[in-house]
Amino acid sequence: MNQQNSIWLPEAASTIAGDVDTLFYFILVTSVIFFVGVVSTMVFFAWRFRRRSPDDRPKPVYENKLVEASWIVIPSILVAVVFVWGFRLFLEIGIAPPNSYEVNVTARKWSWSFTYPNGVISTDLHVPVNRPVKLRMSSEDVIHSFFVPSFRIKADVLQGRYSYVWFEATRQDTFLIACTEYCGTSHSNMYARVVTHSQDDFENWLVENLPDDSLTPAQRGELLYTQQGCIGCHSLDGTAAAGPSFLGLAGSTRNFTDGTSAVADDNYLRTSIVNPALQIVEGYLNVMPGQYAVTMSSEEIDALVAFINEQ
Amino acid sequence: MSDESHNYLNARKGLWSWLSTTDHKRIGIMYAIACGAFFLLGGILATFVRTELGEPGETILGQDQYNQVFTLHGVVMVFLVIIPAIPGILGNFVLPLQIGAKDVAFPRLNLASWYLFMAGAIMAVCGWLFVGKVDTGWTFYTPYSSGASNAVLWLTSAVFIAGFASIFTGLNFIVTVHKMRAPGMTWNRLPLFTWAIYATGIVQVLATPVIGITMVLLFLEKLLQIGIFDPALGGDPVLFQHFFWFYSHPAVYIMILPAMGIISDLMGTFSRQHVSGYTFIALSSVAIAFLGFLVWGHHMFVAGQSALSSIIFSMLTFLIGIPTGIKVFNWVATMYKGSVWLRTPMIYALMFLFLFTIGGLTGIMVGVLAVDVHLHDTYFVVAHFHYVMMGGALIGLIGGLHYWWPKMTGRMYNETAGVIAAILVFIGFNLTFFTQFFLGTKGMPRRYHDYSEFLEIYPEFAVLNLASTIGSYILGVGLVMILVYALYSLFRGPKATANPWGACTLEWTHTGPIPDEHNFHDTPLVTRGPYDYHLADDVFGKKTES
Repeated sequence: MNQQNSIWLPEAASTIAGDVDTLFYFILVTSVIFFVGVVSTMVFFAWRFRRRSPDDRPKPVYENKLVEASWIVIPSILVAVVFVWGFRLFLEIGIAPPNSYEVNVTARKWSWSFTYPNGVISTDLHVPVNRPVKLRMSSEDVIHSFFVPSFRIKADVLQGRYSYVWFEATRQDTFLIACTEYCGTSHSNMYARVVTHSQDDFENWLVENLPDDSLTPAQRGELLYTQQGCIGCHSLDGTAAAGPSFLGLAGSTRNFTDGTSAVADDNYLRTSIVNPALQIVEGYLNVMPGQYAVTMSSEEIDALVAFINEQ
Repeated sequence: MSDESHNYLNARKGLWSWLSTTDHKRIGIMYAIACGAFFLLGGILATFVRTELGEPGETILGQDQYNQVFTLHGVVMVFLVIIPAIPGILGNFVLPLQIGAKDVAFPRLNLASWYLFMAGAIMAVCGWLFVGKVDTGWTFYTPYSSGASNAVLWLTSAVFIAGFASIFTGLNFIVTVHKMRAPGMTWNRLPLFTWAIYATGIVQVLATPVIGITMVLLFLEKLLQIGIFDPALGGDPVLFQHFFWFYSHPAVYIMILPAMGIISDLMGTFSRQHVSGYTFIALSSVAIAFLGFLVWGHHMFVAGQSALSSIIFSMLTFLIGIPTGIKVFNWVATMYKGSVWLRTPMIYALMFLFLFTIGGLTGIMVGVLAVDVHLHDTYFVVAHFHYVMMGGALIGLIGGLHYWWPKMTGRMYNETAGVIAAILVFIGFNLTFFTQFFLGTKGMPRRYHDYSEFLEIYPEFAVLNLASTIGSYILGVGLVMILVYALYSLFRGPKATANPWGACTLEWTHTGPIPDEHNFHDTPLVTRGPYDYHLADDVFGKKTES
């Protein structure tokens, strides 16, 4: 990721970003002119007309119609300009070109997953550069918001309906995706990346990442660990996040919030995946989504259990 | 003129005489104590938030604790400080005096609103302490709040109850202004503070029921599992946002209009000059009160509402922005050929103009659709609304309290201490919040417990966040200093005269240093406008030269 020069906006990396920036700087400069005008007039008046004697009784000054009219007309023209400019650009940002490459986006507490037309699933978004990409987004739980600062795009992601954004990246690089609608505990850690490839590299990436039946269950579980978003809350190095780490989990004795305890065998691991609310390990909250029984096949759960057993 | 030894403070004695009082001035003082305590609480929570963000990674608060703390900060500051404070404290104390009335129209209803407000406030705090800590943010967005613990029901009930306090207060002021004006107090002689509180009353009465109903719907959904907002039950989460902002955007005007009224009075008194654009300011307050109901959708440009709605809401937002800009020009113009006296209240009035102008101009920025897509829900918005809500509403309140302090307490505070605290507040405020504009345009989202991930791309986030945190401490020191010298003045401050600022409105010209229990011995007869300093021989003595 490149270093930035401006103190204001991130470096622009999508086709619409430059236009948004031009509008931003136009409003910024106009605002600074107005602000300096107001404040310097205020300071000048406060000094020039300062009280010289407690008995000062200045003559009343009444409004000058011409001055008042200019106060009304000039700002009105300026806001009309930025309004029209802003809404035309807004429509451009809102309407995806018809030839866009489509990717499905799923948001959940607290991770993203991206599903490509050929069935590849990833936790970072991989796209070709210089080609419009349209995202069809939905949430499995609460409202999230998909934000790529470098592309100047953002849209809320809701449960039970699709929302869309599109962009056309202009550089091969890696960009940050952040969740901007407050969604609970790990809201501030719900990141992903946009990785932009050349068209050829992207097609290779798609092929390389196709699920391969020759994988061992544990290897497949490792893929599921990122694809299903376990990675968002369960570390592999022992750090506690929103959920317990997988390191050394299998076979250990777990203490629960209701005072009971159990050894983490295969059955326990499976139950914890499909019905996470049943037993909550001490020190954690009941925050894990309960949809994995539906979203993962039984084989996939087996694979994930195998993977956890190896940690 | 009233007898100095007999006033509203010593007319009756004992705690019960306060708790059972129907005197609008005493109720104002009771609001001052309550809102002051909540402001302290909200301020302490804010320093926790800023301390957590001072360094990357987890410092003093875990993720959940952080979410609970910023939620309580927002709820306390919005519902228990900014919304009730100016109407509750200064509206109560000043408005009847300014129009020459003996009290508000419904004194017992007025006391009832204070009790409702306290009931809501105590319910919020007790729910927090004994039921559970809410982490939904002050906006209670569904479906997150639908899935949150039942403690959210306590908090929304508290908001519901406190809402009635707001409705009763607004109703009381509307009727008082219509029916209780002294002879000669025509509508175009109303002080602009009274005009502002009157306009605010309209918004309070019309808008507050909507938040009440929304809270009831949320309650029913959680308790009876009726699908209204929660998509899992077949509801629509965006509907909640519509309802919520249909109240909460007008509520922005409940917060800022009274402060604008204070600034108008301060600019007049301390410039000793006719307030420029009097009629425009008065009527635009009322116009804004109504137009304010038509712009709620500008909070939802990226929430999934139709593009056409967004365009209409954006346009209406600019329509309402223009009169606000014109007001700023008018306040500056009031000083032209005036006699500007830079005392503490006037310093706050000028500070308001400085900060509120930034708040307004950055409001234009987020009102422009294409730019808002990038800035929405980032720290740019956090900075913007703190410039309006704190730099505008609360700085206005602090200026107003300094202005009416001698009338409320009969004492003068130390002027030097006042100026030093004002400078600290100004420096601290700008350091805290201006840095957040940079963070926001770069993309730092709001309600973030940590920003470590951004540091790889923008190493300057560390220093910007640290500066913001240091600024919040300076701001805190300034505010605590105000509390200290204000309390000190109650015991050691020199006694105030009846009209220390040379103001020309009735609360200064027709009452003693501390007003009498019934305000006026004789009903005042109003013969001039509130800012007709050239006609106020009763204030300044006869003068032939002009």
